[in-house]
Amino acid sequence: MAKRIGMEVSIAASEAVKLADVDLIAAYPITPQTHIVEHLSEVVADGELDAAFVPVESEHSAMSCCIGSSAAGARTFTATSSQGLALMHEILFIAPAMRLPIVMVVANRALSGPISIWNDHSDIMSEQDIAWIQTFAENGQEVFDLVLHAFRVAEDSKVLLPVIVNLDGFTLSHVIEPIEILDKAEVDKYLPPYKPKVRLDPRKPVSMGMVGIPEIYTEAKKATDEALINSKKVVLKAWKEFGDLFGRYYNPVESYKTEGAEVILITMGSISETAMTAIDKMREKGMPVGLVRFRLWKPFPAPEFKKAIAGVQTLAVVDRALSPGGACGPVAEEIKAALYAERGRPKVYNFIAGLGGRDVTVENFEEIVSKAFTYAKKRPKQLYEMIGVREI
Amino acid sequence: MIKELENFKGFSAKKLPLADPLASGHRACQGCGEVLALKLAMKAIGMNSIVVSATGCMEIITSTFPQTAWNVPWLHVAFENAAAVASGTEAALKVLMRKGKIPQKHIDVVAIGGDGATADIGLQSLSGAMERGHDFVYICLDNEAYMNTGVQRSSSTPYGAMTTTSPPGKKSFGQATKKKNVPAIAVAHNIPYVATASPAYFLDLMNKAKKAALVKGPAYLHIYSSCPTGWRHGGDLAIEISKLAVETNVFPLYEVIEGKYIINRKITKPKPVAEYLKKQGRFRHLTDDLIAQIQRQVDEEYEKLLKLAGETA
Repeated sequence: MAKRIGMEVSIAASEAVKLADVDLIAAYPITPQTHIVEHLSEVVADGELDAAFVPVESEHSAMSCCIGSSAAGARTFTATSSQGLALMHEILFIAPAMRLPIVMVVANRALSGPISIWNDHSDIMSEQDIAWIQTFAENGQEVFDLVLHAFRVAEDSKVLLPVIVNLDGFTLSHVIEPIEILDKAEVDKYLPPYKPKVRLDPRKPVSMGMVGIPEIYTEAKKATDEALINSKKVVLKAWKEFGDLFGRYYNPVESYKTEGAEVILITMGSISETAMTAIDKMREKGMPVGLVRFRLWKPFPAPEFKKAIAGVQTLAVVDRALSPGGACGPVAEEIKAALYAERGRPKVYNFIAGLGGRDVTVENFEEIVSKAFTYAKKRPKQLYEMIGVREI
Repeated sequence: MIKELENFKGFSAKKLPLADPLASGHRACQGCGEVLALKLAMKAIGMNSIVVSATGCMEIITSTFPQTAWNVPWLHVAFENAAAVASGTEAALKVLMRKGKIPQKHIDVVAIGGDGATADIGLQSLSGAMERGHDFVYICLDNEAYMNTGVQRSSSTPYGAMTTTSPPGKKSFGQATKKKNVPAIAVAHNIPYVATASPAYFLDLMNKAKKAALVKGPAYLHIYSSCPTGWRHGGDLAIEISKLAVETNVFPLYEVIEGKYIINRKITKPKPVAEYLKKQGRFRHLTDDLIAQIQRQVDEEYEKLLKLAGETA
């Protein structure tokens, strides 16, 4: 039976990986991901998990090793952050093109420079176009559940795509929370053993990763894109079944107090809990505000999102990453693009907050909402606005 | 003697394996010494293998979708990571067999890369994989430049050679640095088997490829791979030049088994290096002085090798 225990969120992530009975873990240290692979190295060393633990010499090799492993038919996991994710960049595109169901946890962290070990989303927002399924966790329970969900979706024969589970570095990865850890029998009900359709096998040789001449490259890209778009059905089904089995139901977007809201805050990740506190406070004051947060980021859940914000005239999108020299942050950009063709589309105001570990406080959210109300009446001069910048 | 090699008798010209993991019908240039070397190595290793290829000539010419020249499972991911990909494949096969998810059977994992993929961009992943002790064979097909992208210099390009990024000019005589000694780097990892080979000595090459596959742990095979296009020599000269490289001591054939150097073909009366250089357009610009200098370098390197093998000239 499931047990609710106080546990560091990183450890909960690795406990989920253990319960998924993975075959291979590629590991290279990078803060704040380290606790995940450290704990996995311990469970392998103690014989609690029968897996190959490959302590590679770089994140580039970690992802390369994962591809070699997954192509051989093994259930494969790795975790990374920030510069490590950036070092993997080149190889990240290749896993979905080969339809390899690798699961990776990214403990989100700012990118250099200046070098920063603290949390924001600039690492993962630089990986928008890699064709991996991507989810964002709000708390420790979600991290545990989303990791199991990731294997279930990735390995579904209708999907066969790699999945990234994003969790905020430190603010989530290093926090101890009460988390309900499922037991092996329960996980087995949800996650069947991985049976690869195609794998490297001398008895039945295949060539993988071949040259894509101009006559085929476009079609290959289209096929990957379609696979990613079509994966959403399985993503939803796997969440429904998770809820039916364990009582926790998940959606691609979550709404909080959006009934009658005039301004809706849009967030991703663990700041959403602070945002909820801010919403409660503002609602008490009679302000008509609500919150929508993304749990599924790729494929972008456009219909669910449009439904969640239907009828609202003003959106205040909080980005945790900067797109220097651009029109707005990456989340706002996606939202604006998704809404552009809609009749009576809402105004979208973009706020960049919490870069490089700067706290995003209840007051910050109050400021953002207050600005959004003002801009709804008098349009802002700038395309986006950075919150909490100190005058030095 | 390594245990796994005790019963290995070696191939004979009359009794070669019939099956070819790398089939004919690939798109290599006419007279390519590299594809010949790869074909011989794979013939020796056999059909019960998985090949991981770095980006490069051999990847491009064998895998243009929807065709493939590979009769064994083959995987290409990127330029610099064949050894890391092979690490994953090897480790996965081992654990899948241990867990009973696939049948217990030895499968040879073979990673291949050109000199650029090995000596330059992929050196880190190769070093990592050798250090971790994965049971795989790494084959470097050394054609001494980045041939696939149009003959640019690599750290394996020999001293004095002309490439498109080491051109001779008023202030240049071509490649200004000496060839990187990757077999020595492999030896420094204390792996059980390192060898050099040449397609001109095909039985020697096949025997070494098979030995590399038989030993447990990492094995490194550095194969001389002449390139008519990049070296500016006739399409009929691959074997002749490969042979000259050995006969002049430019490319000595040796094995390093558990750290012990063995010279397989000791050249007592080496031909002058000039004979080798003059057959190739890439050395056409060299002056007599430079040729003499290269001769001295070759002699010095060979002396070092003799010492390592505990022999005298």
